[in-house]
Amino acid sequence: MITVQGLQKFFGAKQVLQDVFCEIRDNEVICVIGPSGSGKSTFLRCLNALERPEAGLIQIDQFTVTDRQADFNLLRSHVGMVFQRFNLFPHKTVLENITLAPMQVKKLTQAEAERIARDLLQRVGLAEKEQAYPHQLSGGQQQRVAIARALAMEPQILLFDEPTSALDPEMVGEVLDVMKSLAHGGKTMIVVTHEMGFARQVSDRIFFMDAGQIVETGSPEKIFNNPTSERTRSFLSKIL
Amino acid sequence: MFDWFRTDIIREYLPLFMQGLGTTVELTLIGVTVGTVLGLLLGLGKLAAAERGSWRWILRWGVRLPSQIYVAFFRGTPLFVQILLIHFALVPLLIHPENGLLIQREWALFLKREYGAFISGALALSLNAAAYIAEIFRAGIQSIDVGQFEAARSLGLNYFQTMKSIIIPQAFRRMLPPLGNEAITLLKDSSLVSAIGLAELAYAARTAAGAYSRYWEPYLFISLIYLMITLVMSYGVHRLEQRYKTQ
Repeated sequence: MITVQGLQKFFGAKQVLQDVFCEIRDNEVICVIGPSGSGKSTFLRCLNALERPEAGLIQIDQFTVTDRQADFNLLRSHVGMVFQRFNLFPHKTVLENITLAPMQVKKLTQAEAERIARDLLQRVGLAEKEQAYPHQLSGGQQQRVAIARALAMEPQILLFDEPTSALDPEMVGEVLDVMKSLAHGGKTMIVVTHEMGFARQVSDRIFFMDAGQIVETGSPEKIFNNPTSERTRSFLSKIL
Repeated sequence: MFDWFRTDIIREYLPLFMQGLGTTVELTLIGVTVGTVLGLLLGLGKLAAAERGSWRWILRWGVRLPSQIYVAFFRGTPLFVQILLIHFALVPLLIHPENGLLIQREWALFLKREYGAFISGALALSLNAAAYIAEIFRAGIQSIDVGQFEAARSLGLNYFQTMKSIIIPQAFRRMLPPLGNEAITLLKDSSLVSAIGLAELAYAARTAAGAYSRYWEPYLFISLIYLMITLVMSYGVHRLEQRYKTQ
């Protein structure tokens, strides 16, 4: 369960989040859409404390993220994140990228961590690439490894920050397929995306953000077919 | 045909030159090793910052500021002056038979007699190299994409795990070429410690020159030795650059 109340974030004098409120239930799949610069990524990054909001409350299960004394390392192993630019560790093999955190944070043995990693590589369809280095993989393959790396910590919540925006068009599908297979598999997923087809098909609810606020939330049918807000309508008319 | 160049002087003093070469190489190795370890700590110290709490204050004034002052001092004053300051002022303060802060009595006497100038010279070169290497480390660490740091932290790694497993190994590869250049500089700068009577290459040349009042032979000879070592080291640095450029 995620509760966000009155979230405000400034970059210098510019206010990027103004009074964000929302609640997300366990195992819900949420897609966050909206124009660029609307604060989608910043909102996501506040959820695992990569950004520090100036005001507001974020409660994620037992963690009060906005509490300065919170254990961020524990929080972050509970909330996994997949980045737009993958951010794989270039000096480590695919297998090492995935086993690193389970071994160092959860203190798993190498054998245990590798067993989990190989299972995950199987799931994302890259079992044969475990000894490759990131630069030897295509963008789509790198992003699938990044998803496996996040999953290896067995987080309850997964955040995706525009996971397909840095990919060549022909590789978007393979990454979205992996994400579809994860949806409704017992994890909460929050996906910032410009892939409207994916959002429509997979989300339980869609958040439409504009100018630092969640303007409208609702089922994909409601948002895409019958939005109440004029801003939502104008945004969708531009991209659909 | 080489009448003007008296090779017999070189031959006569060859053992001293070889001993000097040994000392020069020792000083360089110690300087690079100690300088790298100390430089890493200082480089991290210059970057130390906490997001929150009392650590913020402690790191700001207890770690970052002293590191900055140290680097500013050793990069902003001549090495030659540092050598004199360390040999004649700092080391006697620390190692003295009567009232040394670190070592006293027979031990101090023994160290001073046997290794006096060497301790000072090695210390001065190490402390000086550490300041330059700290800057190399700082630049190397800051050149790593912030996404690497965020990815590691978002997996639950703490600051030290992130530095040790993710940031420093990547930064180190980029730092190898500038570290190699620093080693070359250190080798050449080690000639300055002849001023405190340490028998390295330049000191050997001065001794030979003094005995015969001949200057071309000994100084050209040691120039050749320095040049050969630095050329080999430059080649090594060049190879490293090539190797990491392709990755």
